[in-house]
Amino acid sequence: MLSRLARLIRAIGHWLEDRTGLWSVSRRLAEHPVPPGTDWRYVLGGATLVAFLLQVATGVALATVYVPSTGSAYQSLQFITHDAPFGRVLRGMHYFGASAMVVLIGAHMSRVFLTGSYKFPREMNWLSGAALLLLTILMAFTGQLLRWDQDGVWSAVVASEQAARIPALGHWLAHLVLGGATVSGPTLSRSFAVHVFLIPALIFAGVGLHLYLVLRTGVSERASIGPAVVDPATYRAWYRNLLDREGQPFWPDAAWRDAVVAVLVVGTVLALALIVGPKPLGKPPDPTIIIASPRPDWYFLWYFAVLAILPRGIEPSVIVLAPLLFGLAVFLLPLVANRGRRTLRHRPWAVVVVAAAVFTIAWYSRLGVRSPWSPDFDARPLTAQAIASSDSAVVAGAALFYARGCEYCHVIDGQGGSRGPDLTDVVHRFDHPQLVARILGGGSIMPAYTGKLSSTELAQLVAFLESRRGSPK
Amino acid sequence: MSDTLTPRRRFLAWFSAGLGAVAAAAVGVPVIGFFFAPLMRRPVEAWRSLGPVGRFRIGETVEVRIPSPAPVPWAGEAAEMAAWLRRQGPSEFVAFSVNCTHLGCPVRWMANAQLFLCPCHGGVYYEDGAVAGGPPPRALTQYPVRVQDGNVFLRTSALPLG
Repeated sequence: MLSRLARLIRAIGHWLEDRTGLWSVSRRLAEHPVPPGTDWRYVLGGATLVAFLLQVATGVALATVYVPSTGSAYQSLQFITHDAPFGRVLRGMHYFGASAMVVLIGAHMSRVFLTGSYKFPREMNWLSGAALLLLTILMAFTGQLLRWDQDGVWSAVVASEQAARIPALGHWLAHLVLGGATVSGPTLSRSFAVHVFLIPALIFAGVGLHLYLVLRTGVSERASIGPAVVDPATYRAWYRNLLDREGQPFWPDAAWRDAVVAVLVVGTVLALALIVGPKPLGKPPDPTIIIASPRPDWYFLWYFAVLAILPRGIEPSVIVLAPLLFGLAVFLLPLVANRGRRTLRHRPWAVVVVAAAVFTIAWYSRLGVRSPWSPDFDARPLTAQAIASSDSAVVAGAALFYARGCEYCHVIDGQGGSRGPDLTDVVHRFDHPQLVARILGGGSIMPAYTGKLSSTELAQLVAFLESRRGSPK
Repeated sequence: MSDTLTPRRRFLAWFSAGLGAVAAAAVGVPVIGFFFAPLMRRPVEAWRSLGPVGRFRIGETVEVRIPSPAPVPWAGEAAEMAAWLRRQGPSEFVAFSVNCTHLGCPVRWMANAQLFLCPCHGGVYYEDGAVAGGPPPRALTQYPVRVQDGNVFLRTSALPLG
């Protein structure tokens, strides 16, 4: 009985192979030769692809319930998160899967850059990868918008305001993002169409091209076994010879590592989804709820922080030029530097570039989490204990310090916002006339209080500040 | 089969490519037109009543809600937008966009401090909308306001862009 079943299955298999030939083609592709020493350094691209496929699978599932309408999206997200079986874990996997895709594509790109693998004849591999990076960033942004809570609404506004800074095309682009003159029904619907149909189709095409190129040009050999200098005149013949002599089949000699990493990626994403869960939904997506503190998802937080600290004079140009120059550098890199040495010893600047990028993103992400430039809207009036004075002017000044908003931006004894300097020890830095002048005249980031304080109030406020002792710096 | 491009083959190649282009255009024009249509649609710039003048107190700034300038029947919560309205005198009103001129985040009116504060990057504006500090490049955008028959009206317009 069993042997008859096995025979039947084998017969069907033979018939399918005879009529399609898919098995032999797949085998030939899977067993394409790779250079010796294709080790753990070569798994990042495959890992990125795994993350993308994970996003496709979880995304399709979520789309069966999610309603891309400004009237209902928030309720459908609540339903997915709290009521639908597996909903919470799927949203969590899609959220952490997005993070994985962003991290892995960044790591893959850094690795290719560090090992000089973008050089001849793999320039188009790099450029198609760069296009995939751009598409991934667009996915991350539109995905954040589709989580249509308060942050989703305001990320649409912030993105269109940034687009609007671009000369000539700006307003046009902003209205394209919004799908109209302001945030409204079409904003969400079109972001959904772009996130679910347009960009994924482009990513599939891009991945197809990228993989085709990997098969056509072969993965780069480790720089240590390659020619000292990449010379387009001789490289291809040398590489073919290397594969003929020492090539190993990708499947399974190298592919087993990709399988291990695939399980690690999926396992990590699943574990995070189960333990941490999806990003919680914020307040309802009502543009008339003004009490909002919009923050982007973590992968954009560093840029959000950069926009806070750029000096006012150069910001309008940086906001447009920086992304443009980055794009241009990525585009030109394989075109102007496609030959020469690949080893890191001869390209120390490559290490500097990657280290600087990682450091910048980490540093500003941390800053973005703290957001010291944001007023502390939760500041409470200072307690009598903190004021520690019976002088009526000092007590009145302390009340004014809170009531007039000083405390939103200034710390006294550990309370208050950190937009401006800590004023606990201001008496050691400013004398009486300086204090008065600063309060009345303001500073580059501080409002001027002329006309906002009576002379009595000013005297009380100054008395309060001068009663703070602190310790001299 | 020869590789030479005979006149007949050349014609057939161009003919086929041309037919393909015609078919692509026939599909592409409505598709792309549909996608870009919002760029052509003008925002609804209409005078919206905010209620009787007496509802607002002189010297106070309050949030008002008005229908969105880009309405769609299914907008749900997105059907309305907010603005800050300040009554300056018996019949003098000024209305500000809630959007910070830096990157569009919603500025909050802090009545005690008589300042607008932005939660995103710490922009500060005076009660008249002028920049008091932080990254904003311009004063808060104003909407036209008028008083008619004892009611305050605000004219809606598109999201102010830098």
